Amino acid sequence: MAMSEPLLAVSGLTKRFHRSGTIVTAAEDISLSISPAETLALAGPSGSGKSTIARLILRLIEPDAGRVDFGGENFLALRGSALRARRARLQMVFQDPLAALNPRATVARVLDDPLRIHALVSRSERPSRIAALLQRVGLSSDLADRYLHEISGGQRQRVAIARAIATKPSLIVLDEAVSALDVSVRSQILELLLDLQRTERIAYLFVSHDLGVVRAFAHRVVLLEGGRITEQGDARAVIDNPQSAIGKALVAAVPRLTTTIQERS
Amino acid sequence: MTGPLVSIRDLSVTYRRDATSFSLRNIDLDIAPGERLAIIGESGSGKSTLALAVAGLLPPTAAVNGAILWSGQLQLPRGGRDIGFVFQDASASLDPVMAVGREIAEVAHTHLDQDWAQAERRALELLRRVKLPDPGTVLHAYPHQLSGGQRQRVAIAAAIAAGPRLLIADEATSALDTIVQAEIVALIRQLVAEDGMALLFVSHDIALAAELADRIAVFRRGEMVELGKANAVIQAPEHAYTKKLLDAHIGLDAEPMIAPVGHGHV
Repeated sequence: MAMSEPLLAVSGLTKRFHRSGTIVTAAEDISLSISPAETLALAGPSGSGKSTIARLILRLIEPDAGRVDFGGENFLALRGSALRARRARLQMVFQDPLAALNPRATVARVLDDPLRIHALVSRSERPSRIAALLQRVGLSSDLADRYLHEISGGQRQRVAIARAIATKPSLIVLDEAVSALDVSVRSQILELLLDLQRTERIAYLFVSHDLGVVRAFAHRVVLLEGGRITEQGDARAVIDNPQSAIGKALVAAVPRLTTTIQERS
Repeated sequence: MTGPLVSIRDLSVTYRRDATSFSLRNIDLDIAPGERLAIIGESGSGKSTLALAVAGLLPPTAAVNGAILWSGQLQLPRGGRDIGFVFQDASASLDPVMAVGREIAEVAHTHLDQDWAQAERRALELLRRVKLPDPGTVLHAYPHQLSGGQRQRVAIAAAIAAGPRLLIADEATSALDTIVQAEIVALIRQLVAEDGMALLFVSHDIALAAELADRIAVFRRGEMVELGKANAVIQAPEHAYTKKLLDAHIGLDAEPMIAPVGHGHV
């Protein structure tokens, strides 16, 4: 089978922060790639660099060194309108939609912004496009006039996903996007993301501390420690049989339903 | 066998702004001395309200009906003395401008009638017990100089400083990464065993509760829908909601949700 061209190719990505006289390496020589319609997970303990790497790829922070190719273009070299156009194809969903989105905006306004900014549809078409987006993420169009604080956490995350897909992205960065959700809601959101991946061929960069979810949801995983990649590969192969010390420690620390301990000391 | 340490009888809590909706409704629950009881539930289940009610920490705006008996009596337990409380966010519960040794010593000074020199020695001993590296230095550190896991160890040291009979941990490990979470859970398990404390462990994570608790109570929308031995609740849940929670759990043995991508990678 032919190798498909990667959608995202990152090489040598490096970022150091200077904090009170010491240098903290947040990302060191990170190289990874994501294919269309693929989910790549970044996993690791706190401070391992997983969110920093996601933000470097999004250009929310600029790297010290390295290269990011997105859709065959040198993404780090883009400026101005070329960057804006490309950025529409690279979206993000964070853990807390109330922090990530304007809490004083209605649902319709949250969805209207990307349509207007990227001039994707004419003004007259925007209301029907918003209704279609809400429907696509499983929300009633009645919610359009509600404020974000008036709807549930799961509904808010659906709105964040609707906003992300409004610009028809080929890659969405999901930074702990299901971590704060109740488990019953989490499964529904994961199913929605998988459905979008199947139908729209969206790739995901899935930042998560939860190895159980990574194993079930991601195709491949990159394990990180101290800003460096310790191992990567097929998500199930890596998590079922980790090779690195941090991989073994992460897997061992996952609470298990099947090993209920009932001893009383 | 002595009677229960805490008896919760027909407890209902509403926050007055909306007296028609109950945060807790008709809860009957005992906590035995030395037992580890997990309260699990999703948002709005009332699990944190229960923890706050037991500790006497509900805001004055809460309307409480029913009774919480402490060692069979209606007298209120003394917060910090009879009950230690560990919250999710240690940086919010620790004084940011107080050295952590002093923060812990204050509990011993206040509740154990120790002078400051004794209380400081007790703080040092507690920092060792919660396995902080270099406790002599940590004694003089401020919360912002510690990692999240280290701060939670300090909060635990302060919570147990007066030798309480009940330790309440409300989502105490939820903000920590998995490895630190496992360490803190192991520490809590060891401390309650060594000191004979009962543990009320409030969590959204049914697997974590199963690993730690003797009994599990499942809460949903202010009601307790199931209570039983941890093994029984996990392996033979009676309530449909408990089954739903177990089904929604994505552990390391869960069926993959995705089909493999049809191309190779280096």
